[in-house]
Amino acid sequence: MKVRGNVFKYGDNVDTDVIIPARYLSTADPEELKKHCMEDIDKDFAKKVRPGDIIVGQKNFGCGSSREHAPIAIKGSGISCVIAESFARIFYRNSFNIGLPIIESEAASKGIDAGDEVEVDFATGTITNITKGETYKGQPYPDFIQKIIQSQGLVNYVQSKVQEG
Amino acid sequence: MGMTMTQKILAAHAGLDKVEAGQFIEAKLDMVLGNDITGPPAIKEFEKMGAERVFDRDKIALVPDHFTPNKDIKSAQQCKFMREFAHEQEVTNYFEVGEMGIEHALLPEKGLVVAGDVVIGADSHTCTYGALGAFSTGVGSTDMAAGMATGEAWFKVPAAIKFNLVGKPSEWVSGKDIILHIIGKIGVDGALYKSMEFVGEGIAHLGMDDRFTIANMAIEAGAKNGIFPVDELTIEYMKDHSNREYKIYEADEDAIYDEEYTINLSDVRPTVAFPHIPENTRTIDEAGDIEIHQVVIGSCTNGRLDDLRAAAKVLKGRKVKKGIRTIIFPATQKIYLQAIEEGLIKTFIEAGAVVSTPTCGPCLGGHMGILAEGERCVSTTNRNFVGRMGHSKSEVYLASPAVAAASAIAGKIYNPEKLEEVE
Ligand code: SF4
Repeated sequence: MKVRGNVFKYGDNVDTDVIIPARYLSTADPEELKKHCMEDIDKDFAKKVRPGDIIVGQKNFGCGSSREHAPIAIKGSGISCVIAESFARIFYRNSFNIGLPIIESEAASKGIDAGDEVEVDFATGTITNITKGETYKGQPYPDFIQKIIQSQGLVNYVQSKVQEG
Repeated sequence: MGMTMTQKILAAHAGLDKVEAGQFIEAKLDMVLGNDITGPPAIKEFEKMGAERVFDRDKIALVPDHFTPNKDIKSAQQCKFMREFAHEQEVTNYFEVGEMGIEHALLPEKGLVVAGDVVIGADSHTCTYGALGAFSTGVGSTDMAAGMATGEAWFKVPAAIKFNLVGKPSEWVSGKDIILHIIGKIGVDGALYKSMEFVGEGIAHLGMDDRFTIANMAIEAGAKNGIFPVDELTIEYMKDHSNREYKIYEADEDAIYDEEYTINLSDVRPTVAFPHIPENTRTIDEAGDIEIHQVVIGSCTNGRLDDLRAAAKVLKGRKVKKGIRTIIFPATQKIYLQAIEEGLIKTFIEAGAVVSTPTCGPCLGGHMGILAEGERCVSTTNRNFVGRMGHSKSEVYLASPAVAAASAIAGKIYNPEKLEEVE
């Protein structure tokens, strides 16, 4: 499974309050949440983002409260993958669980700039910077994590497991 | 290349001979926990998954502890929703008001967690059970739903930091001071994703209640879990509380640790975390004169019997300073009863403190002790974020039960070593 898009780049410690401010949490509807995604650090994000685009952060991406709304807002915006040097752990889990692919790579986080076109191959963990002609190594996902992503999240994944009996 | 204690437990539950840090696994669960806040959304997700029955009615624990006894209509509705699910699914470990306590004190006490278990809970302080030599960690509501449906959860195998505890703590230094000291040293992301593995001869000087306190706050250093080796004291505790079989795992000699720290317990001072982040620690000697309005003693961090004993030792024969609201909440019914039998509750009431039924209440600004604008509280809980116990302009100072009790008497943050000097 591969994704490809242009990059929005952010710094260290992007917290869940910045990803989706608490004032918008009265809904969990991705269509509503995406209107306000990242608005406190990048007010044009919602206007500029195109389906397939990629967010690249640095250290401790997604720190702060455990709200599942944060990855839902990013996914709702059409972002196909978040790459960072490291993620806060509950954000990390929540992302897979709601079907937002994320991948850790220090080299990619350092090497990629805003606007670069990047392709990610989840089966091999390879991140290719098409603009710069560089590749970086992230960790490949085992089958079941790929399945969770392909199922668009843990709910559907478990649903298919439950049906298999 | 060897495995850490945590890695060994995870490998065994994933049916693998070997795992290494960074690897993704699916592991079998021995217990899945939820409370009145996180349980209801998880139940909704569970239904969306098309699951009809929980995977094992004995391996789910549902504890309405946060806003109970119901503080308002909304919390009553949430509890009712969870209660009905528990009854319909015949969940064995549903604890109604009257038998419930704060989840992380209740589960070990009821014998629902033993050494070698893998436990997830939709509550970040699920890491508490590491004190028993189990792997336990906090997750989101969707994880809890999947856990209830399948009895499995996915994990990324954590790397580890080793904390070698040596020496003996002095009289007024408790587990709380030790963990605050460590968080002050490594910071709130000092152990991000990782296991905090505690080892060393110093552990022999720590009672079970101190170990629960230390493991409880591993999450405040960003850790996935905190874990203690199993010794005679752990075994005795499990024999007293559980009839389940436990399994002892030990780290390999050549296990890999990202970092190692040696903490000399005899050097640790009573420690206080200043607002608004747990890493903002100062020793009691550096605390200065901080006037306070309220003292809270209890929670999943410090609401156990040893904690109440420490507070009672300070309060015995003394009075809290006039005007200082002192709220004590034992973590479970059993602890409450033991505290009555030992005369601790009498000591508290005679000292001018109020004693609450077991609840999370004030710890998360729920009820039973909310702070107004500009108020300061010394609390034995685990988080002092902005607005955690009430108004966004209130302040929480985290401390041990002894420091909290001494502060109640002095009306300011106070060193229990200097009680004789309080006028
Ligand atoms: S006592 Fe506080 S920290 Fe512990 S479970 Fe309750 S709300 Fe959470």
